[in-house]
Amino acid sequence: MSSRNPFSNQRPLWGDWLVLACALIVVAFTFYRFWQNETAGKLVIRQGDRVFASYSLDQDRTLDIHGPLGNSRVEIAHGKVRFSSAPCTNQYCVHHGWLSKVGQVAICLPNQVSLELIGAKRPYDSLNY
Amino acid sequence: MKISTTVEDHRIAKLTAIAIGLHLIESIVPSPLPGVKPGIANIITLYVLYRYGLGTAAWVSMLRIFAASLLLGQFLSPTFFLSLGGGVFSLGALWVGYQLPRQWFGPISLSVLSAFAHIAGQLLIVWLWLIPHTGISYLIPVFASAALLFGIINGLIAARLLQQPPSTT
Repeated sequence: MSSRNPFSNQRPLWGDWLVLACALIVVAFTFYRFWQNETAGKLVIRQGDRVFASYSLDQDRTLDIHGPLGNSRVEIAHGKVRFSSAPCTNQYCVHHGWLSKVGQVAICLPNQVSLELIGAKRPYDSLNY
Repeated sequence: MKISTTVEDHRIAKLTAIAIGLHLIESIVPSPLPGVKPGIANIITLYVLYRYGLGTAAWVSMLRIFAASLLLGQFLSPTFFLSLGGGVFSLGALWVGYQLPRQWFGPISLSVLSAFAHIAGQLLIVWLWLIPHTGISYLIPVFASAALLFGIINGLIAARLLQQPPSTT
């Protein structure tokens, strides 16, 4: 019947199982790689199109970052960081609360300030633009 | 004016019309997350690939992406470029998959490969152009899981369709 298409067998073939196994490994790897709940060690603050500063989360401090609307206040305490006050109207960044895990991000778009948490070590020590 | 058309043209037009229909149906199905879509139009691409070869499959896939984006009013929008990027990567994966020995690798392999290539291409565009930020990587496991799931389902449907005897056109 389907002699013109000898390869159109509905049953998974030997190679199909191989592809599925590889795909499953890839999926498992993405979970392992991107969903690790690693506690962050460093904080990168960006203002506008540049990196404003990078701080360790080990030392508590309060920072004022000047943006187009005014001062965004960033608070680092006990290995966590948050926007404690912002000059924007929606206050999304403040309501975002405390961040402590690698990859977490809080952004204040109106005032063009963003916080990004990264691991204690990165594959490079500095980045020049 | 008369445009002379070949049998091949008619076949491409017919198959593309089905693919556009599936693409449009999918566009009204709500998605929990932008980017997580079944990609049912790829069933047609797979079917065409096995029945008529890679050239026809590329025609059907590309025409479908352009025509569906025009119908949905997304032509030249980011959605269109994501669709196009995914489609090109997907065809690339199908080209690679088509070279594999066919007594071992069936439509399910090709479907899964092209689903992964599709999301990889889209993520590359998102990352290079739309959101140059590592935050998007948090969603990669979700996209990869969806690619695997829908890749398998689409592959099974394509394999089922290919069991039927080919139509005369």
